[in-house]
Amino acid sequence: MRYVLKKTATTLITLAVVSLLLFVAFSLISGDPATRMLGTGATPERLEALREELGLNEALPIRYVKWLVSFVQGDPGISYVYKQPVASLLSAKVPVTLSLTIMSFVLVCTIGFPLGIYTGKYAGSALDRAVMVLNQVIMAVPPFFSGILISWVFGMVLHLFAPGGYVSYTASIPGFLGYLIFPAIAIALPRAAQLAKLLRGTILEEAGKNYTRTAYSRGNDTNGVLFGHIIKNALLPVLTFLGMCFSNMLAGSLVVERVFNIPGISNTLLASIGNRDYPVVLAAVMWIAVFIIVTNLIVDILYMVLDPRIDGE
Amino acid sequence: MEKKRTSPLAFIDRLPNPGLFRMGALITLAVVLLVVVGLVWMPYEPTAMSPDRMQGISAAHLLGTDKMGRDILSRVMYGSRVTLMVALGTMAIGAGLGVLIGAFAGFYGGVLDEIVMRVMDGLFAFPNVLLALVFVSIFGSSTTHVMWALGIAFIPSFTRVVRSEYVRIKHLDYVKNARLQGASNARVIFVHMLPNVRGVLLSNLMIGFNNAVLAEAGLSFLGIGSQPPFASLGQMISEAQEIFFTVPSAVLGPGIVIVLMVLGFSLMGEGLRPATKGLD
Amino acid sequence: MAAAMTTAPLGEPILEIRDLHLEFHDHDRPEVAVADFDLTLHRGEIVGIVGESGSGKSMTAHAIAGLLSRHALERSGQILFDGHDLLHCDRSTLRHYQGDEISIIFQEPMTSLDPLQRIGMQVEEALRIHHKELSAGERRAAALSAMDAVGLPDPQQVYGMFPHELSGGMRQRVMIAAATISKPQILIADEPTTALDVTIQAQIIALLRKINAEDGTAIIFISHDLSLVRQLCHRVVVMRQGEIVETGTADEVFENPQHSYTRMLIDAIPKVVL
Repeated sequence: MRYVLKKTATTLITLAVVSLLLFVAFSLISGDPATRMLGTGATPERLEALREELGLNEALPIRYVKWLVSFVQGDPGISYVYKQPVASLLSAKVPVTLSLTIMSFVLVCTIGFPLGIYTGKYAGSALDRAVMVLNQVIMAVPPFFSGILISWVFGMVLHLFAPGGYVSYTASIPGFLGYLIFPAIAIALPRAAQLAKLLRGTILEEAGKNYTRTAYSRGNDTNGVLFGHIIKNALLPVLTFLGMCFSNMLAGSLVVERVFNIPGISNTLLASIGNRDYPVVLAAVMWIAVFIIVTNLIVDILYMVLDPRIDGE
Repeated sequence: MEKKRTSPLAFIDRLPNPGLFRMGALITLAVVLLVVVGLVWMPYEPTAMSPDRMQGISAAHLLGTDKMGRDILSRVMYGSRVTLMVALGTMAIGAGLGVLIGAFAGFYGGVLDEIVMRVMDGLFAFPNVLLALVFVSIFGSSTTHVMWALGIAFIPSFTRVVRSEYVRIKHLDYVKNARLQGASNARVIFVHMLPNVRGVLLSNLMIGFNNAVLAEAGLSFLGIGSQPPFASLGQMISEAQEIFFTVPSAVLGPGIVIVLMVLGFSLMGEGLRPATKGLD
Repeated sequence: MAAAMTTAPLGEPILEIRDLHLEFHDHDRPEVAVADFDLTLHRGEIVGIVGESGSGKSMTAHAIAGLLSRHALERSGQILFDGHDLLHCDRSTLRHYQGDEISIIFQEPMTSLDPLQRIGMQVEEALRIHHKELSAGERRAAALSAMDAVGLPDPQQVYGMFPHELSGGMRQRVMIAAATISKPQILIADEPTTALDVTIQAQIIALLRKINAEDGTAIIFISHDLSLVRQLCHRVVVMRQGEIVETGTADEVFENPQHSYTRMLIDAIPKVVL
């Protein structure tokens, strides 16, 4: 329990530091937001009034605290370009990106774990060697490229879905998930190959350890040794990977959303970067940072659950 | 006695998996050749538009032409150069700064080490594409900025391995000896200890290079980095997605070059790994 | 003291090793690990196999326990137990005896236990595999009594602990409890005390002697430490570079060594111990 509290405290500190760095960086470069919102032709009086309204006349530390408080309350500011609250610009899009990421993650696990266990168990076999080379190829294909190939094969040739025919989750949940499965495959494939390769490696490493020999000496068959002893040990190093994988796939969805015309946060974020619409960029990046840092916290807690050696430290 | 001549490539046969290594080396060689030839000669000016739009493969245009009638092969040659340059630059920045920071943190230890490594952990947790997005949104989008952004994103992966290697070897006798003989800290760090990290550095560079290629391709697909009309592989794919059915080579050309660029290195890396036997 | 132990209560033969020959092929040149090894083990007997590292003694122990790697290894000869040749039989026959009739404990108590599994589960494992008829409660009771028999303090508590919470000596006791829980006919002890400090060593030796005396378990004791072998074993086999150079009762070998190599080993023992 102390471990969890300690990790949670570290997480909160990390969040504070990251948010401070991001806020300062974006504040320093953003110039005068009032001029940007009203244009250069605006009268000094109107500019001053807007500055006052946006709280820009206050000192940076106070602005940071105010921004942080309103961010936590779900209101991370007003877009320079669209002149409406950032929350309303992003709120409908975050669930889409998140669903795509989670779906990809589930696919990574359902493909990567069995493949890793199989190739670990039968390492050196013909199938293992074939999978190994195939893995190298799959890891080399960027998701936006495989995404295009997937929409061509499954969409245009096999007619399993209509590329570009995105179905909103508000219209039909099955339709929404059915459309997302193909981009999720594109995002998941290289990560699943990585997971399989990593798990194969950790299984073989554990297989060489002394406790594996002990397990054999007690009369276990291969499956008994593998599933009774090796797997749990081999999973520990994989946890860190899965955590990073989750964050990386979030970034991966930004790219693949474009291929499949999915209205997630990608388009808004990139348009805002192009328009230098900093409140939107800051909010989106901050949300992703929160997501990643919390993922890391969950990984740390999972380690504590799985590994008795990290108890109470 | 006749002097026995050994081919400089003879080492390949002693590798755990010479077949894979050879395949990887050939692929890498092909990609490098594409880039090198592109430096001195390209079939067309990669930015030159022509009325021959969206043409398929022909003798005049080996990979066809895009929406604006530009020759795809020439653009692939130019784009591969950009991607390769960014990946190499990224590795130079990431490895250079990473080794420096890791060496100092590992050598001196203490509070400095603790702070540096916490920062590195934080940096490491963020996807490199995301870091690059933040970087370019602050400093503006250009190839150089993408290179710096990715370079910084790759620092932690080098810092970690170099630091742990320095922590491991700093108590070894030969390092103590060097210090006893009055070598300065800087000399010990760079002359005596640095050669030890070659091994870990090499494997990190190979993995890092591949990740850099994929990250650059992803960013340029998003329109970040190299700006139109100059070609980059990711951006070419992004622009060609809608004409995929008319001119498949517009997508497949740059896509396959990206795949080969990554695959070459990873197959060479696989060739260096000893074969393993399974449980059953 | 030592002489009292050397009168062997010879039971009927239970294990017979004939012409055991093991050869590695994973390097450029084949490496002979064990050659022409013969040994008959009787019920209730303690046989010591001594030799320096690389003499093939551990390899022989692993061969009897059925733990030889199946890759890059050429084997010939016979290891006869209960009417089967353990060297060439199929793996399911081998597994039938492993952990039930033939058990082994190792040199590395720190790493020989699964770090993520509770002690109790590991002690019971052989019962879970070989005696499926037992209920969970019966297995637990057997584990607690086996843990008590090897001198683990507070078996109830240790049952739920993880390996990292125990010292090396405690872990070796856990290994012995797990190896003896199903009262095997043969216990192979592969340098079981090498990694432990001297006081713990003596306790483990005493424990092995007790197991042999109370349960009639035959023990094959592998060691490079001749003084330990003399304290514990009825018979001794001296190995060098994969071959047996001398064999006989402990008294014969220690009082009147025939081979110069054996004499050299005996001379190397610090005299205080003798």
